[in-house]
Amino acid sequence: MTDGQIINEMQFDVLREIGNIGSGNAATALAKMLNQKIDIKVPKAALCDFNQLPQAVGGEETIVVGILLTLSDDVEGMMMFIMKVDAAYNLLGKLMFTEIDKNEPLNEMQMSCLQEIGNIITGAYLSSLSDLTRLTIQASVPYMALDMAGAILSVPAIEFGKLGDKALMIEAEFGEDTENEIGGYFLLIPTLESYGAIMASLGIG
Amino acid sequence: MGKMIKIGMAELNICTPPDAITTLGLGSCVGVVLYDPAKKVCGMVHVMLPDSTKIKNNTNRAKFADTGIEDLMNEVLKLGAARRNLVAKIAGGAQMFAFKSDNDMLRVGDRNVEATKNKLKQLQIPIIAEDTGKNSGRTIEFYPESGELLIKSVGKTPYKI
Repeated sequence: MTDGQIINEMQFDVLREIGNIGSGNAATALAKMLNQKIDIKVPKAALCDFNQLPQAVGGEETIVVGILLTLSDDVEGMMMFIMKVDAAYNLLGKLMFTEIDKNEPLNEMQMSCLQEIGNIITGAYLSSLSDLTRLTIQASVPYMALDMAGAILSVPAIEFGKLGDKALMIEAEFGEDTENEIGGYFLLIPTLESYGAIMASLGIG
Repeated sequence: MGKMIKIGMAELNICTPPDAITTLGLGSCVGVVLYDPAKKVCGMVHVMLPDSTKIKNNTNRAKFADTGIEDLMNEVLKLGAARRNLVAKIAGGAQMFAFKSDNDMLRVGDRNVEATKNKLKQLQIPIIAEDTGKNSGRTIEFYPESGELLIKSVGKTPYKI
């Protein structure tokens, strides 16, 4: 890997497959928490201009919950999980057995609960990546923010921006149905070196 | 009513009345407006990173504070602005996640603001208004007719600087 922008078709397929397995694990973790069945859609992996990142979650000004972890050890970079605010409220409501007023800001308990959900979901995702690649991945504690999609995505976009004008987005949507959607999107943002390490460990470097 | 010209991340554009220029959902990036109040011409750039010389892949000049602001100034001058009249308004550079660590990767908002200010100082363009740092995203709209920069954040009343 000499250039962050060049990904061949096979590498692309592998990344998508990691996305597939990772989001499968994440959905399983979520299903256990909620004690209900969760359907997952086939994940889409797309190499898009970082300008288009916010579009994928509904536009720059869509309010989203973003959960960010920094990665260290064999794979360095960031991992982000993004949920639309409606999905976050739905999920919280299910977990806390209460109807949550979407016009009210989240209280500390609810924020902390969401953060923990993010931790479990991203943890499930990362452990499958780690299993597949046999690489050690250390994740930081989760950091959470609720804001405009454009603003939240600027953080990973800037990281991608150091490498080029494209970002790799693994969009893993899961949820029971579109109305009570409780799913989200993953962004895995390895550094250029770590990206090479992932590919090499999968034998397609 | 004029139209609203939209710029995305790492883009720049120019604007004259009655149009206005906007960028949506600024996070750790910085939105820089250069404006000639006499001629009422302006331009905006949405910079993502502080320094083009630190990055290998730097062909997109609007992405960086140093090259982006320079290019923006040239575009605004081409539009008829006078060099000595130019003033700047800046917004953005928020720290979106409340990190406790001092990991450099996560302090990019501060560094963007710093680099923007340095570049403007070097070009001798005064900053007449700013709303930077803090921890929330901003949508900004600049109206060259009035010279006002409107800032919108989630859960706050929009305000002008």
